[in-house]
Amino acid sequence: MSQDPKCHDFQLGAKKALDDERLQTLLGRTLENGFQKKRLQGMSRLPEYEQLRDQARDLKDHVLDHLDMYLARFEAEVTKAGGQVHWARDAAEARDIILDICIKAEAKTVSKGKSMIAEEIGLNDHLIANAITPIETDLGEYIIQLRDEPPSHIIAPAFHISKEQVAETFKDSHTHLDPDRDLSEPTTLLNEARGELREKFLRADVGITGANILVAETGTAMIVTNEGNGDLTQDLPPVHIALTSIEKVVPTLEDATLILRLLARTATGQEQSVYNTFFTGAKRPTDIDGPDEYHVVLLDNGRSELLGSEFRDILRCIRCGACINHCPVYGVTSGHAYGWVYPGPMGSVLTPHFVGIEEAHLLPGASTFCGRCEEVCPVRIPLPQLLRNWRVRAFEKGLSGGAQRLGLGVWAALARRPWLYRLTMNFAIAALGMLARGKGSFKRLLGAGGWTKTRDLPAPQGGTFQSRYAKGER
Amino acid sequence: MSARKDIFARLKTTLDRVHNPTVRYSGADQRIQDGSPALIPERGRSGGPAKTALFASEAERADADVRRLAHMADVPGVVKRILTEAKITALKAAPDKTLQAMDWADIGVAFGRGEGSDHIGLSVAYGGVAETGTLVMASGPRSPTTLNFLPDVHMVVIREEDITANYEEVWDRLRVEAESDAPRLPRTVNWITGPSRTADIEQTLLLGAHGPRKLIILLIDAQTS
Repeated sequence: MSQDPKCHDFQLGAKKALDDERLQTLLGRTLENGFQKKRLQGMSRLPEYEQLRDQARDLKDHVLDHLDMYLARFEAEVTKAGGQVHWARDAAEARDIILDICIKAEAKTVSKGKSMIAEEIGLNDHLIANAITPIETDLGEYIIQLRDEPPSHIIAPAFHISKEQVAETFKDSHTHLDPDRDLSEPTTLLNEARGELREKFLRADVGITGANILVAETGTAMIVTNEGNGDLTQDLPPVHIALTSIEKVVPTLEDATLILRLLARTATGQEQSVYNTFFTGAKRPTDIDGPDEYHVVLLDNGRSELLGSEFRDILRCIRCGACINHCPVYGVTSGHAYGWVYPGPMGSVLTPHFVGIEEAHLLPGASTFCGRCEEVCPVRIPLPQLLRNWRVRAFEKGLSGGAQRLGLGVWAALARRPWLYRLTMNFAIAALGMLARGKGSFKRLLGAGGWTKTRDLPAPQGGTFQSRYAKGER
Repeated sequence: MSARKDIFARLKTTLDRVHNPTVRYSGADQRIQDGSPALIPERGRSGGPAKTALFASEAERADADVRRLAHMADVPGVVKRILTEAKITALKAAPDKTLQAMDWADIGVAFGRGEGSDHIGLSVAYGGVAETGTLVMASGPRSPTTLNFLPDVHMVVIREEDITANYEEVWDRLRVEAESDAPRLPRTVNWITGPSRTADIEQTLLLGAHGPRKLIILLIDAQTS
């Protein structure tokens, strides 16, 4: 994944997505008829769901208040269990730490479990530039790696690719296989990928995974998968690196359990993902498998700064993808339009922090503030409020367009002078009502082309709200 | 300044600004000692035969194949039938003492860690969680993690006595006391709920992504002596 953000091209990307019929079909199947329904089914099987959400929110807030303490305890326990913890202030430091470990292990190939942090730091490109081959093992990640594309969703990275496209990609990439083989069925595609990746798993010199949760009391890190790929990645190679960020720590195993009762259910509607794998330190002397060497790379990358800002609540995020799955904007633009690693509402809060509001100011703007993201968030992050905070910052920096500033200026001038506001509104409504006499709505109206291009604008009927209210209409 | 020092300094400065450091510091230690106040859902509070039944039905819901056996000694017979059905003669089993002591007769059994070429594997679960039909596997000299993922078909023996109502009870059993110098958990603990799967191709659910295509749970009835 290229690290260069293309967030400033959001409108272009959105238009491209809207014109792509195939993508629109896949979006509908994946979101409205997929993740949204599955989440509802999952919720219906756990009556305590809402209560657990409150507890998860409180847990994460407690952790954020004591973040340094829990990280210190986590580090001490990892060390006790034969692992090593590395600290990275930013993406470049994290990349160098990992490259160093790989070089010391004389690694030629690295197997990778799915990790958004690896995307955040642009790890693959860095390894390739240093003659080390990273192999993505999650099926979706494998497909997009072959196609040299970034993920379009944090938990379904290749949902935007049709099975015909996957077949094409496999024929182009697996050139040692019969070019006339039948790849029309998803099962055949899966079996081919399984066969190709099995060998690579077994031969990899280093395995790199992310971590969904870190447990302070035991120094345990854990990953969640359905395929079993991350689990083989953490177990087979002689060296295992867990790359993760500082806000993922919780106090105890029971706290991790609380999050796990919510995570899969909210993401995919499953009771649990198939594999929840917890790892603590390196292989023990009497164990017959597992990595001899174990490293945890803990990335800050500006999170300590977020902690003291008005965006602090985003640090509760457990990366379930629910806000993305329920966002009406993401639902038509898909992920690539957002132009960087994290898409959707959580992405529009995180991305301006990582790449700068100058580059990403269109993202917090790409929201109707409908509030569905906050409604479905398992840790109750007030996403619309956080997006609003970014809009304020963008406005203060003069990043919003001239028309927007003018509009807001005019409105502010009116709102501060009630008599003028009433006068203007009465005049405007009377004028619009007259213009539309007999039609009830406008097909075209000067200055409202953005609206009337795709739908009619209803004409005002009767007086303003304030005048009708004053007359006693209730 | 090292990255570590720098990160800790930044966190401390930010957090101490809003909270009294002394209260904050004792708060974290106290919280680990006291444990999580989180709720255990009703479904995680089953008992008796209902607990076993819940474990089995939830595991089946996740596409596991659950077979109930009266005695541990019945395992080789059932395994033999599964091997015959699959037309496979070789079995890779975890070097577990109970499994090693069984009479395998004409089954070609090898004991050890999982290999890429294994078709059928047999392991013994550390525990099972009724709440979601989840198996708990703990790595160790007699329980290789590789065997949970590499074979096409994974068979797991679980004793009814080892099934708990919820995850919290398994943690209580597994966790080594904090005062000990030993690591507090085995190197790898796997919760396994059903066979491997993916929906990465057009959201079509397919079993057997990288891990086992089939998960067969051999549930041994509690032994009343």
